[in-house]
This record gives sequence, structure tokens and C-alpha cells, in this order.
Amino acid sequence: MASVEAPPANRVRWGELEEDDGEDLDFLLPPRMVIGPDENGVKKVIEYKFNEDGNKVKITTTSRARKLAQARLTKRALERRSWPKFGDASHEDVNSRLTVPSTEEIILERPRAPGSKAEEPKVAGDPLAALGKGGAVLMVCRTCGKKGDHWTSKCPYKDLASQAEGFMDKPSASETAAPASATTTTKGAYVPPGMRGGAERTGTEMRRRNDENSVRVTNLSEDTREPDLLELFRTFGAVSRVYVAVDQKTQVSRGFGFVNFVNKEDAERAINKLNGYGYDNLILRVEWATPRTN
Amino acid sequence: MRPILMKGHERPLTFLKYNREGDLLFSCAKDHTPNVWFADNGERLGTYKGHNGAVWCCDVSRDSMCLITGSADQSVKLWNVQTGAQLYSFSFDSPARSVDFSVGNKLAVITTDPFMEQTAAIHVKRIAEDPSDQTSESVLTIKAPNGRQRINRAVWGPLNRTIISAGEDAVVRIWDSETGKLLKESEKETGHQKPITSLSKSSDWSHFITGSLDKSAKLWDSRTMTLIKTYVTERPVNACDISPLLDHVVLGGGQDASNVTTTDRRAGKFEAKFFHKILQEEIGGVKGHFGPINALAFNPDGRSFSSGGEDGYVRLHHFDPDYFNIKM
Repeated sequence: MASVEAPPANRVRWGELEEDDGEDLDFLLPPRMVIGPDENGVKKVIEYKFNEDGNKVKITTTSRARKLAQARLTKRALERRSWPKFGDASHEDVNSRLTVPSTEEIILERPRAPGSKAEEPKVAGDPLAALGKGGAVLMVCRTCGKKGDHWTSKCPYKDLASQAEGFMDKPSASETAAPASATTTTKGAYVPPGMRGGAERTGTEMRRRNDENSVRVTNLSEDTREPDLLELFRTFGAVSRVYVAVDQKTQVSRGFGFVNFVNKEDAERAINKLNGYGYDNLILRVEWATPRTN
Repeated sequence: MRPILMKGHERPLTFLKYNREGDLLFSCAKDHTPNVWFADNGERLGTYKGHNGAVWCCDVSRDSMCLITGSADQSVKLWNVQTGAQLYSFSFDSPARSVDFSVGNKLAVITTDPFMEQTAAIHVKRIAEDPSDQTSESVLTIKAPNGRQRINRAVWGPLNRTIISAGEDAVVRIWDSETGKLLKESEKETGHQKPITSLSKSSDWSHFITGSLDKSAKLWDSRTMTLIKTYVTERPVNACDISPLLDHVVLGGGQDASNVTTTDRRAGKFEAKFFHKILQEEIGGVKGHFGPINALAFNPDGRSFSSGGEDGYVRLHHFDPDYFNIKM
């Protein structure tokens, strides 16, 4: 924060100044003032200086001291902090290359989307009941394609699968490779995708399943992330997957995403309600991901 | 979170240990020199030079002044934490696998591997207050029932009354620390099916967790030896620890290092997996290592944890605020 005050009346002409005379003018300035820190740790420093034009500038710096991890250290720990380096560490300079912060952000990867848990038991109950009545099998593992055995999140082969996020753009290429390895019989040995048991599964079959009850959401704002979308859509029913397309290079949202519902009716309701809905200053367009014939 | 990578070791990590206050982190690796780091910024404070073999385990005294390390060079050494000077060296006839200080740091339990005609054994040594009075006599020596199978870890039970051991025979045993008598052992049906690789106590020593190559970790009561919980993963477990702050446990492992190059990267399952201690449900995974995780340790304040891998890196993770709000 800087505010320019009126130029001093007795302005010294620059021609009369020596190169290093700048500091000599400082006596013209009001003294530096420090206010605080108050109980919130907020400190105000008011300084005056001349800017390049010779105008007097008042600079108010407001800073807040936050308690750092170090403040929690005990006396002994602080003492240890000042211990001299020893052994091999004594020849290292301070910014040694031994310790480097990771260049990538690591997140605690949840086995399922946050918040989706509550619906799961209910969903798990329904298809199992349906199974007993000889109805359609709803519990299909998206990773290994096994029906009625486990959910995708519980799949023993889930780590083998490629990131689900990549599927929408190029389903045929990555999808055939991923689930196929599930049927591999010899554990631990590398089997090329083409030779794996499930390789004959066609990409189209996989794509069809992926698109079931899939809703495309376009005109999303760049700030919208998957959890936001989940928050928006989960009110309509159990959501099995949320995906927001992100530019691989820039990590910026491409402005569209997909939401898969477990039940078709929920998806329909979501489309009816949210198509044209104002979200983050943009009007959402919500439609079936694949044009429906009915 | 943005982990801090610490590359102080040239060989795979074997063990990680925080001191009581959680400001120092000790790391052991298959190279011969344990390191000590500042646990907040990952800066290396020093190294302990003197071992002539892989260092398998270490422990630090309550006042953070004395470090004990067990090594494959058939010795266990005491070090001055501050200067890195060696205070004493115990010699054995076989590699030392694990070390643990008792409450009060008066005693240390050391396990030695089966080697040549030597069988696996648990030794209890008295640690003198003044290093110059230190002697090498054992207070107690317990011969393992399955002498040819390694004891991977032995720790003190509550109040130093017992010693808890676990090893390749997949059985967890509780011994009387005075007489050396076997008090309890885990049952075949409920216990692990494959070698136990790691054992870690809760902060109050009331329960402990064991990780095994049978791809599971189990939580046990330290006094009654009853099985409390089982955490099932898809990977052999090499390391495990219990959060001192939240009801979380962390498991690390991965396929055998010899198979790493022959399989897909994702098949390795090198993440540190967090489980809810009570619900036994997976909370999430933290990726990063390029090889199996061999060592895991929670900071005693529960706000950060570090993992050591076969790749030679220690990764120090300070949890994001989100971590503390995870709802199950």
C-alpha cells in the first residue's frame, strides 16, 4: 500500500546532488513507525521514502506473523536446531542437493471420490438383491469387467488399471489394455496387452458400459473441479463417476466433464434440472453423453 | 502435499525412526552410514560412520542423546547423537537385525539372525548411563524356538515386563523380560501366514501392528496378545506404523524388488496405504517411491510421516489440512 503525498516544497534539484547523496535526504522523512504486533499477530510498519521522482511516499506494510512449526518445538529441540553438522553432513553447504522438495504435488489418493461413500452400501444392496431374483447384474467392476463379484473400488486389480480419467478421450486404446491384465493367470509376470486373457474384449463394449447413464456437462467454468461437480450432481442420486476434462499440458479445465449415474432416472432428473442452470456465472449445458434414440 | 525428498543413502532404506519430540529423523539403509535429519525441513544434520555392513535398525533414547544401531556387520553400536561419535560397540556372532530401547533407556533388546551354526536369538543388554562403564554382557539371552528362522523385530512391551518378537516363522511371541519364558504366542489360524516383516507399537504401547508378506497387517493387544484388527492389502507389507494422532494406520510395501523391472509400474503397488484403524477401511494412498517401501514412520505429533524405499529415497510428507478432516 503506497500513497503519494504532495512533493516537498524545498525540493532539491537532482543536478545538485552527488550520486550517493540519496540517503542524506532521509532526515527529511518522518521516522519509521511500528504498530503492533497485536493479539492476532498483526504488525503495521509505516515507512517514508522518496521514489524515483523525488516524491515522498508513505509505505504502510501490514504483516501477520503466523506461528510456524518451529514455534511448537521444545527448548531441547530448539537447542538441537543449532547443533553443528557432523559426519558427512559437515561438508555440505546449506542448500545441499541431498534434500529437495518434490516437484510434483502428491495427494492422498482416495479409493473413491470423497463423499460418494454414503450411497455405496445402499447401491450394493440393490443389485445383490436383483441378482438373487435373476435380474440384471448391476455390480460390474469397471476395472476388470467381472460381474457381480465386487465393486470397482474393491477390485483387486484396480492398481493395474490405467487412470480412469484418460478413458473418455481415447477409450479404445487404453481400455482394452487395462482390464485385460486382470485375467492374467501368472501373477507378477509381465504379459503384453495383446496376449492377455481379456484382450479380445472389444473397445466398443467397454465404451458402451462406460457411457451408461452418462451425462455430459459443458460450459463449465475453469475453476470447476470434480468434487464440485460431484457436489452438484449427487443430490439427484448415486453417482458412480465424475470426470472433468483437464488439459494435459496446462492443467487447466477444458470446460466440460462427465457424470455417470447409477440409475438412469437420476440422470434424467439431473438433466432436466441442471440444463440451463447458472453455475459459477456460466450457464451449464447438461445432456446425455451419447445421443439417445428414445 | 509436496513431499521433501532426502537422498542421503546410496542403498535401499531399511528403517526410519523419529526421536521423542519429533524434530529429528534417523534413517538406516543398506549402505553403512545411518543419517540424522531435521524432521521439519529435511536438512541433514549428520551421519554416523563406523559400521561395516547394512544397518538394519536403530533406536534413539528418550533424551535424544544416545542412538543405538544394529548392523549386518555383526555389531550393535551406541552413538552420541550430537557429535556422531561412537560410544560403544557390542559384538555378536551373527548379524544384528533389530534394536529397541526399554522405557528409561536402561536396557536394550537386540535380535541376531541365524548365521552359520548360530541360531536366531534375542539378547537383552544393560545400557550404562556413562558409556565408559558399558559392558558387553547380556542380561538375558533367549534362543528362538525356530532357530533357523530370523526374528525380524523385537520390542519391549508395556512397563518393560515383556518382550514382543515377530519374525520369519509368522508367529508373534510375548516373552517375560526377566526370565525369558515364553508367555504367549499368536495362533496359527488368526495369525499371519507368511513372514512378519515389521512391528510397530502405538504411542502408548497398548497395542501394536505387524506387517507381513501375506499381504496383511494385524493389530494386536500388547498385554493379552489378542488379535484386534486385520488390514488386507494387495501387496506384501514391508513396513507399517500407527498414527499417534488419528485412528489411522499406514502400510507400505510392494512386490519383491527383484520383480520390479519385469512388471508394469502400477503393478508394483509402491504407495503408502492409509487405513482406518477401527473400520479397517482404506483411506487412501500416497504415491511416490520407485520401489517397494521398506520403512515407514509417523512423526510423534501425527502431522507428518516419512517413508523410506528400496529406491534409496526418504520422502518426508507433511500432511495437508484436508488429511485431518477425512470423514469415513
